[in-house]
Amino acid sequence: MKMSKIVRTGANILYPFVLIFGLYIVLHGHLTPGGGFQAGAVIATGVVLVIVANSYEAVTGMLQKVVFKAQESIGLLLFIGVAAIAITLGLPFFYNFLANSGSIFGLSVPFGPNHGDLNTAGLIPIMNIAVGIEVWGGLTVIILSMLSGLDRKEA
Amino acid sequence: MITDAIIANSPALLVMIPLIAAFACPFIGRISPAVRNIWVVGAMVLTAAMALLLAGEVFSSGTVVYTFGASAPGMSVPPDSGGIPVRIVFTVDAMSALMQIIGAITGLSIVLYSIAGDRRHTGLESYYTLYLLMIAGVMGMVSTGDLFNFFVFLEILSISSAGLIAYRIDRGVAVEAAVKYFVLSTIGAMVILVAIGIFYGEYDALNIAVIASRMQFTLLDQVALVLMIAALGMKCGAVPMHFWTPDAYSMAPSSITAMLVVASQASLYGLFRVVFTLYNVTLNAATVGWIIIVLGVLSMVVGVTMAIPQKDVKRLMAYHAISQTGYMLLGVGVGLAVLGNQSLLDAFGYVAMEGGIFHIINHAMYKGLLFLTAGAIFYRIGTRNLNRMGGLGHNMKYTMVFFVIGALAIAGIPPFNGFASKLMIYESVFMFNPILSIIAMVVSILTLASFVKVFHSIFMGPRLPEYADVKEAPAPMLIGMGILAAVVVLFGLFPGVVVDHLIEPAAQALVNQGAYISAVMGGA
Repeated sequence: MKMSKIVRTGANILYPFVLIFGLYIVLHGHLTPGGGFQAGAVIATGVVLVIVANSYEAVTGMLQKVVFKAQESIGLLLFIGVAAIAITLGLPFFYNFLANSGSIFGLSVPFGPNHGDLNTAGLIPIMNIAVGIEVWGGLTVIILSMLSGLDRKEA
Repeated sequence: MITDAIIANSPALLVMIPLIAAFACPFIGRISPAVRNIWVVGAMVLTAAMALLLAGEVFSSGTVVYTFGASAPGMSVPPDSGGIPVRIVFTVDAMSALMQIIGAITGLSIVLYSIAGDRRHTGLESYYTLYLLMIAGVMGMVSTGDLFNFFVFLEILSISSAGLIAYRIDRGVAVEAAVKYFVLSTIGAMVILVAIGIFYGEYDALNIAVIASRMQFTLLDQVALVLMIAALGMKCGAVPMHFWTPDAYSMAPSSITAMLVVASQASLYGLFRVVFTLYNVTLNAATVGWIIIVLGVLSMVVGVTMAIPQKDVKRLMAYHAISQTGYMLLGVGVGLAVLGNQSLLDAFGYVAMEGGIFHIINHAMYKGLLFLTAGAIFYRIGTRNLNRMGGLGHNMKYTMVFFVIGALAIAGIPPFNGFASKLMIYESVFMFNPILSIIAMVVSILTLASFVKVFHSIFMGPRLPEYADVKEAPAPMLIGMGILAAVVVLFGLFPGVVVDHLIEPAAQALVNQGAYISAVMGGA
């Protein structure tokens, strides 16, 4: 079943904006409300939008379940792997060794009210990205699995 | 130097290894099934090694505290926090270490069993992923010293268990059991979350040690206690809330059922941790103790009477699992009822608690063994219906021996481990209240009667024509069962050693709330 041309075009135009908005929430997770989980959910709703506007078959031709499954595992491995790096450095599990180190995400946060700098907080943004990847993949797999059971009769 | 680092980080590694192994399992599974099996067994061996290392450390040099994300593992209270442990802290005392040993031994034998027993199924990557998540959930639940973290691991455990219960779809029956389990677990977890919210609102803390040191037992705390006991009692299958157990235990693959027993006991651990460490003497020990005793007696009696008429061998064993949980609740409940009265505690309270705690580890071993034997029989003949079995003793000799060991242990016959713990419970509970002790013995006799019937209908009798060419279970399954059977026999032959070195420190750790608090809070 297909929606009208207006809906399809609208969805196709909106899709990149939904993606960008989701990625924005991931990256600013340590500064603004939101974070990896919320961002992953936002991006997954973008996928739903495209599936609803177009037909299930047309979308699954491009978006394959196995890719999202892999994405889910990669996100989780990245999360736990980053936490585990600290142990190899002789520090406790989950120690934030990047914060205030001067390298990536390593600037120290100034005291008092300020605008917030993206390049701070050490491991926290990396873990947000990992969770974002995981939830994006996981929720999309759930959606694809649920929709695969639809009764696809021509309306 | 590297061994020092491993020992220092063992509480974290205990959770980290199964998590990494689980998340990598879908990729490893694409290479080949053999590589995946090696990966899963290797991960489980490493996890078990970590658990035993950590337990050795705890039993030799006292409670281990591990702070996540701090500059050093022991820094549970940051210097600029005003004396409050703000981070997630793992507090591993003797009781936690005991539970970890249970998880390690059972988890390892189940994974060996699973390699052969479940290889004919599809979707094994997901199966082992969820299985390793279950291990991580159990290990986290029994190690954590943070209430919210306890909730998180409880959810990890519940979700992965629900997935595994539904694994063998079986025309939708298994899915129904899984949905039942999942709905009840979620309600239970939400109830626990409300209780945690009450603590957080009242004491501004989530760390068990901090809440315990500030505990006042106000009306709100009483509400939280009721919520906690109800939810965790439901999770461990105590009787008024037991209805998910027979469905879930009978429909899950047998290896998972054995792990679900451990999962239930992790919830039981949570119940004891809440009552003893969080509240301890502030609560009205006699009242709460009697509530737990009544839950225990109900579980014992209802469980065994429901077990007797069952036709499905795993459903029957599930009802026996409920009944055995009653013994643990009874023993520890008697210890709780006399908490705060040192002379009574010394006279029989400690022995009752030790009996109850000893029964936890014994139950995990023999009940796990029984479920694995039931799985081996199902693997070979494809039915769980007792009326359609018979004469299997001719063909499955080793399975029969393991079944006999498990059945005699659950019925409390010497020289198996069930006898040792049940005797401790009988003797000490008799001094508390003779009627309870008599009920416990009667339940034990009924258990024996029930298992004699089961043994007879599965293994005895002439060789049936339809099972004439049934073979013994494959070697990895026998090895898995053999590990558990060896533990059952060893614990039964040397109960004194086990009680002195494992059980008594665990009971002391539960009663001694001050030691738990000072381990986390330090001298501050």
